[in-house]
Amino acid sequence: MATNAALTSQSNVVRPRLPVWVLNLLITVFVVSLYPLNGVLEKFMDPYYLRIVIFIGMNIILATSLNLFNGITGQFSLGHAGFMALGAYVTGSAMLRYNPEGMAGSFAQLGMLVAGGIVAALAGLVVGIPALRLRGDYLAIATLGFGEIIYTIINATDQIGKFEIGGASGLHGIPIRTNFFWTFAFAIVCVVCIWRLAYSTKGLAFRAVREDEIAAAAMGVDTTFYKVTAFVIGAFFAGVAGGLLATYDGNLAPESFRFSRSIEIVVMVVLGGSGSITGAILAAVVLTCAPELLRFFSDWRMVIYSLALIVTMLVRPEGLLGRREIWWRRRTLARVSG
Amino acid sequence: MALLEIKNLAIHFGGLKAVSDFNFSLDSGQLFGLIGPNGAGKTTAFNLATGVYKPTEGSVQLCERSLVGLPPFKINRLGLARTFQNIRLFGGLSVLENVLVGFTQSVTHGFMGTVLRTPKHQREDNHHDDEAMDLLATLHLAEKADYPAASLPYGDQRRLEIARALATRPKILLLDEPAAGMNPQEKVDLMGLISFIRDRFKVGIWLIEHDMKLVMSICERITVLDHGETIAVGTPAEVRGNKDVIEAYLGESV
Repeated sequence: MATNAALTSQSNVVRPRLPVWVLNLLITVFVVSLYPLNGVLEKFMDPYYLRIVIFIGMNIILATSLNLFNGITGQFSLGHAGFMALGAYVTGSAMLRYNPEGMAGSFAQLGMLVAGGIVAALAGLVVGIPALRLRGDYLAIATLGFGEIIYTIINATDQIGKFEIGGASGLHGIPIRTNFFWTFAFAIVCVVCIWRLAYSTKGLAFRAVREDEIAAAAMGVDTTFYKVTAFVIGAFFAGVAGGLLATYDGNLAPESFRFSRSIEIVVMVVLGGSGSITGAILAAVVLTCAPELLRFFSDWRMVIYSLALIVTMLVRPEGLLGRREIWWRRRTLARVSG
Repeated sequence: MALLEIKNLAIHFGGLKAVSDFNFSLDSGQLFGLIGPNGAGKTTAFNLATGVYKPTEGSVQLCERSLVGLPPFKINRLGLARTFQNIRLFGGLSVLENVLVGFTQSVTHGFMGTVLRTPKHQREDNHHDDEAMDLLATLHLAEKADYPAASLPYGDQRRLEIARALATRPKILLLDEPAAGMNPQEKVDLMGLISFIRDRFKVGIWLIEHDMKLVMSICERITVLDHGETIAVGTPAEVRGNKDVIEAYLGESV
């Protein structure tokens, strides 16, 4: 027992190798450098491939944000497309009404995307507080219901005040402003946020809720608060991804935010490995590219796509990466922060 | 008034009186035991104190503050920590992370601090890492800090639960059969460790244990429950000689 003091001083705690301000600076520089990269890509890259890359970016945001709730916090939501729809329509119809030129337009775009995310987050808060009393299957059904309600409302609404919604025929003519830069800037912000939340002492509470809710509560973790927080943060980024989609495509159709879209995102999280952030990113890349690569099989495309999914889940039921991250070492990640 | 004060506590599940008219008090630095045959209501008493069940009647007070009706996480934050009879570790997290979960409630920076990795966040997280390693060293688990908790042998898992509970900086520690499933030598070591923890962390410890010899050897006072009723309270020697206790354990003499 007398050796305690000695053990303290040389505890095998690993500090991040780079000072954090350097890391934060590097991330900022990286995000800014996406801007010139965007110009290069638009000039030299085949638009078809660039489109796939941009969809990868959006799917990374969707999969990572759902992973915080479904994977890291261990809950089950089937309503991610609902939040996406909210963000898409808020951003889309606001940009349709108000679209200044030049620099002001970029700021408007940024503001509208964040506004879309905030509206989705508020919806997440309103739905989450009652729904998160439910567990497992019941929670899944409640969130599924939420998604369908959002779809139904949008489908039946032509206008809200002076803002066009478009109803069943969809919203058209949204100014197209989103490109590679916008998508990946938000993708990086999303991944960094969720990574840092998950791998910190405070964020350990999310994983504790997943592992054992009763024990987590007995350790002083406010489980409801953490579940709602995960849900709301996930909703925010889903809303942003929706807004990006709206201002990339220029058209929105309510059908594109139905149940099947939620399932698509859930599949990404499960295939990558629930709880693994890099796994969700990997799955977003693979599952966005796969349908395109399989065009070669024409009619059999979706059959082969589904078969590939089934085989993957049979071979690796825990997902591609399980709960690990790509560069997992034996060290606990709590301390490989950064 | 004692640190933990339980008065006339009772819970009825339908017609079943799982615990009735239960009285108990514990101060810091004390080590009291709770024994009784299977199904006597020992764990139920713990669950009542920690907010898992809401009592039908009676009061539970910690530092003169009523705990009745508070959710378990608030009760823990007020200073009442526990371990579980059927070990409830966070199996997928590492040993160190299990202990760190106990520190999440002491984190004072917000989510923004976590995302931006502010200096305050780093200071706090590093400090908690060190403290957690300290606790693990105390409980002889430091070398296994990076192992998944589920991979630990049984005895280590029991000790990890104690470490995790200590991380929440309790005033009172409730241990629910901490020696269950251990071999005799491990049990002796554990009992030594429990008295050490009481002295080092200045906590009051309330212990449920089946092994009579062990309880008798370290507890200052013992409460005996049978069918939810308190049949004896006293020092180990008093309880050992009590007629009701012997009957409860061995049955009536013919």
